[in-house]
Amino acid sequence: MSRYLFPLIGFVLLVVLLAFGLNLDPREVPSPFIGRTAPAFSLTQLHQPDKKFSPKDMKGKVWLLNVWASWCVSCRQEHHLLMKLSETGQVPIYGLNYKDQRFKAVGWLNKWGNPYHASAYDNEGSVGIDWGVYGVPETFIIDKQGIVRHKHIGVIQQQDLDEIILPMVKKLQATG
Amino acid sequence: MRIITLLLLILSTNVFAGVEVQSFSTQQQEQSYKKLVTELRCLVCQNQNLADSNAELARDLRKKIVKMIKAGKTEQEIIQYMVARYGDFVLYRPPMNQRTFLLWLGPFFILLIGLFIMFVFVRRQKTAVRPLSSDEQQNRAKKLIDDEEDD
Repeated sequence: MSRYLFPLIGFVLLVVLLAFGLNLDPREVPSPFIGRTAPAFSLTQLHQPDKKFSPKDMKGKVWLLNVWASWCVSCRQEHHLLMKLSETGQVPIYGLNYKDQRFKAVGWLNKWGNPYHASAYDNEGSVGIDWGVYGVPETFIIDKQGIVRHKHIGVIQQQDLDEIILPMVKKLQATG
Repeated sequence: MRIITLLLLILSTNVFAGVEVQSFSTQQQEQSYKKLVTELRCLVCQNQNLADSNAELARDLRKKIVKMIKAGKTEQEIIQYMVARYGDFVLYRPPMNQRTFLLWLGPFFILLIGLFIMFVFVRRQKTAVRPLSSDEQQNRAKKLIDDEEDD
């Protein structure tokens, strides 16, 4: 009996390990920014090139920074959710327009709608590098002190919004 | 001829896919650059390093590294900069810390388990087929002969 028992236990353990490994998403690289002050930048706004946007303007507010681009196909998938969220006014969404061209980006927003209070125009992608962006879309939650609290990589689904993002935003809004 | 072709094929995998030609003022800067781009991981195509990747982000990061080297930053400073943004994951040789100790020590641990199991098995087999002592052999031989005589 025990002759078969040990190989069986070994096999089951291996299966559990492999199943666990298969369910991990290797694309979800944990951001080292969580719990740290958001990297500073000052970029021109997409719609008003003479005006600047900087994260420090947002001190005292909980806000979302959504990295997007007109060339980004999957940004379209989460776009309707961002539109809905922006209509409810629960949390201000700001955009980081990543490695895009101004006229294309503005055209994209005109066509599909603009969920952003403002978008910062990061033509060279240097702010993207500073924020550790490696896949668009990405969404950061930043608290009142300007600390990054959460990073969502990839398309936001309704479930992510309901179960992670909005509860966290509410919690952060409630605290000083 | 065939061997030469084969060799060329094998060697060609080491060619840098990052095509941009970078010129540095000193040999040392160039060496730092080559070392860094081979040791840092491309986040988009995760099983390639920055040197091999043609992804947009890899290109940008290479540019960033060139800029930093030319600004006189040391290799260590550049690595710190990347780790601060992308985490230990960008390093093909992650440092040993409490999150990565399993990664570093796991294989040795498994090797130990394997050695232990092998040891147990070998020992068990040795005891199972223990050779008979000469007394026992004689007894057995005697018994066989006696049995034969009985027939």
